[in-house]
Amino acid sequence: MLVMDMLDEIKDKNRKQLEERLTQKGGYIIDEDGIKLDGDYFKKQVRIALKNCDIIDPTNIEEYIAMDGYFSLKNILNNMSQQEVIDIMKQSGLRGRGGAGFPTGRKWETALQYSSDKKYVICNADEGDPGAFMDRSILEKDPHSVLEAMAIAGFAIGSDQGFIYVRAEYPVAVKRLKAAIAQAKEYGVLGENIFGTNFNFDIELRLGAGAFVCGEGTALIESIEGKRGMPRTKIYRTAHRGLWQKPTIINNVETLANIPVIFQKGVDWFTKIGTEKSPGTKVFALVGKIETAGLVEVPMGMPLHEIIYDIGGGVPDGKSFKAVQTGGPSGGCIPENLLDTPVDFESLAKIGSIMGSGGMVVMDNTDCMVDIAKFFLDFTVDESCGKCVPCREGTKRMLELLEKITSGNGKKEDIDTMERLAVTISSASLCGLGQTAANPVVSTLRYFRDEYEAHVMDKKCPAGSCQSLLQYFITDKCIGCTKCAKVCPVHCISGKVKQLHVIDQDICIKCGACQETCPVNAITRS
Amino acid sequence: MKINIDNKSYEVANDSTILEVCKLLNIDIPTLCYDERLTPHSACRMCLVEVEGAKNLVTSCSTRVRDGMRVFTNNEKVRSARREVLDLLLSNHPMECLNCEKSGRCKLQNYAYEYDLVDGTFKGETRKGEIDSSNPFYIYDPEKCILCGLCVRVCDELQCSHAIGFEDRGFDTIVATPFREGLINSECVSCGNCVSVCPVGALVPKSLEKFRHWETKEVRTTCSYCGVGCQIDLKVKDDKVLGAQPAFDGVNQGLLCVKGKFAYKFISHPDRLKTPLIKKNGEFVEASWEEAYRLIRQKATNIKEESGADSFAGLTSARCTNEDNYLFQKLFRAVIGTNNVDHCARL
Repeated sequence: MLVMDMLDEIKDKNRKQLEERLTQKGGYIIDEDGIKLDGDYFKKQVRIALKNCDIIDPTNIEEYIAMDGYFSLKNILNNMSQQEVIDIMKQSGLRGRGGAGFPTGRKWETALQYSSDKKYVICNADEGDPGAFMDRSILEKDPHSVLEAMAIAGFAIGSDQGFIYVRAEYPVAVKRLKAAIAQAKEYGVLGENIFGTNFNFDIELRLGAGAFVCGEGTALIESIEGKRGMPRTKIYRTAHRGLWQKPTIINNVETLANIPVIFQKGVDWFTKIGTEKSPGTKVFALVGKIETAGLVEVPMGMPLHEIIYDIGGGVPDGKSFKAVQTGGPSGGCIPENLLDTPVDFESLAKIGSIMGSGGMVVMDNTDCMVDIAKFFLDFTVDESCGKCVPCREGTKRMLELLEKITSGNGKKEDIDTMERLAVTISSASLCGLGQTAANPVVSTLRYFRDEYEAHVMDKKCPAGSCQSLLQYFITDKCIGCTKCAKVCPVHCISGKVKQLHVIDQDICIKCGACQETCPVNAITRS
Repeated sequence: MKINIDNKSYEVANDSTILEVCKLLNIDIPTLCYDERLTPHSACRMCLVEVEGAKNLVTSCSTRVRDGMRVFTNNEKVRSARREVLDLLLSNHPMECLNCEKSGRCKLQNYAYEYDLVDGTFKGETRKGEIDSSNPFYIYDPEKCILCGLCVRVCDELQCSHAIGFEDRGFDTIVATPFREGLINSECVSCGNCVSVCPVGALVPKSLEKFRHWETKEVRTTCSYCGVGCQIDLKVKDDKVLGAQPAFDGVNQGLLCVKGKFAYKFISHPDRLKTPLIKKNGEFVEASWEEAYRLIRQKATNIKEESGADSFAGLTSARCTNEDNYLFQKLFRAVIGTNNVDHCARL
């Protein structure tokens, strides 16, 4: 059992050891402000949710304590009332980092208002956006920050039971969480009579089985209850009737990771970071055609170009920037002329994208925007739960139209049909997955309509990415070496040795093998 | 509280949904997945209405009324969303209305007519699946299914058999038994309540007779199989019973068991006894009721005189009505004069 006073002792002892170890290892800035990662990539970053990542040993609770861990919980249990905790959350203006941006304090206050014999705190760790790995990093590298925040949430709303719904595809995260929960119980910061007070709080893990839709709050609840992961229709809010019809709050991993720091450093400190409506920072998984990919945590309101160029180093291989996709399959593609848009919930929504959970995929001039829209829609069609008609049937029809367009069979009216369908899918779907499923199509139609029209009218893919619309030709440069004819998998190249070869366009499958093998660059693509 | 529906003000009860309020007010809202006995599912999206100030259209089956709410149940935005939803459903539905058993009673057909849709306009992949005809009483055709989930929910929430559920995801979703082992190998008790709620022709009774719903008339009756008193609307054509539909306004509230739902064919079976039979010279011969009662009375009197009243024993059934059982014991105690009377539920 860890009594209140021992926390300082553990901190002092381990802080010294940690600093010594990191100094030896190198790559850290250690000063009176704390411990930070050193390097150009981190200069413009402000790390709150990721503050301990790649610094502490995540398997050792004492190193988390060395970074002021569990002090917020201790202080709250010792000195604060439930309402005071909620007031601080409300004043901090912290908004849900899972994508929707709902104010966390308001969510907690609703759950506090309803009296019930049982209440639940759920951590949504079912991160599923393609290319996004913010939550995974926190769970693997700083699991105690999530546990501490959940205990704080439990105290605030009057709950003694928490669940972490984590996807089974994150085995390391699962292992670290299990170890962290066991350690936390051993140290008396979880379980019964936490810090010797009469507050009890336990956390259990529930593993997701691979369904993206289970990241949606009510589908997640159904899944924990042992049912098929399908979103519920919301007659009552989750904070009123959630898990097993009891008041329940669901917070995302990154949201939770912010909470102990807010209580440690204060509301004034937190609200100075970020914008007025979106205080704090946001972690992005910066990936795609970018020089330095990785996790970046920046203050809300930082313009997109600063993230992409100043932190990420811009587009590599001498290619030019075309668009950045934020918000995963629910988000949109943002063109170059809008790169001065600040990243916050409202600004991104205004230009037809969303903040989402933090996926940020950079695309260059070789990426076809119709194909990108198709990729995301293909993902949504696969992951739709099949419950409501607009999402189940509508997204499939939209994907079929996109396939028609990218294969060169599109008609002008197909674009109109997609636009009409997008309105229905967005306004009539049951859950967030369906309501945002059309965003990749809508945003690319808004900013890259000319690309759609090129596919439909001219049967051309301007980015040279859609295979069906490509044609390979052999030019006069051909020396008749026959290499291309030999490598062609469908034998569509004919010609005699040392004479010009010809590609039979009817048979060609546009695999590009001939172009790669030609020693004199005689084969062109159009 | 006061709410405004389609520019008219109404005083309505707290804690009702928009759909419940509209039903009371006779304001028509189309539904495919709604059933007042079940938890709202909000999957079909046909009951969408516009609520002033809401970001999206809302499902009236799951949205509670609020004081001062302004609702539009039939404006252009609502109608066009419903029409598009119907179009999507029809695009993944075989257009076999000419030969479908459900024709004339099909909600999808009726709404297609109401919203002027001849066919689905999206020509693409359609759901494929094999018909499950393993159950002796009904068949399931996944291609006609619109995945409203009424069958799954009635089986879960009311019949509590949990025999069927949704399988697969998204466009590939179908209603299936666990591991697709077929209805006959599932927990299905053949109650047929799924068949009764299916709004389309996906779940239909196996029938040897061909008939059209508009050729039949409905005759209300009380089920004679047990004492519950379930109300059934028998489907009758030319004095022949061709189907049974549970009544919602009876004690059974729209539910039946396998006997009530499917076991009506005895009514017009050629082997059915229509008169009492008396054995004469070793053979059963048809007799009138009067003749039969006279014989029973005469034999009972003789036995009582020879062997006494306690030589009789009466056994009745717990499945008979209370009234039947009362009269039966009365017959034995007061008429025959013995207390030897019991019923089958004493095991």
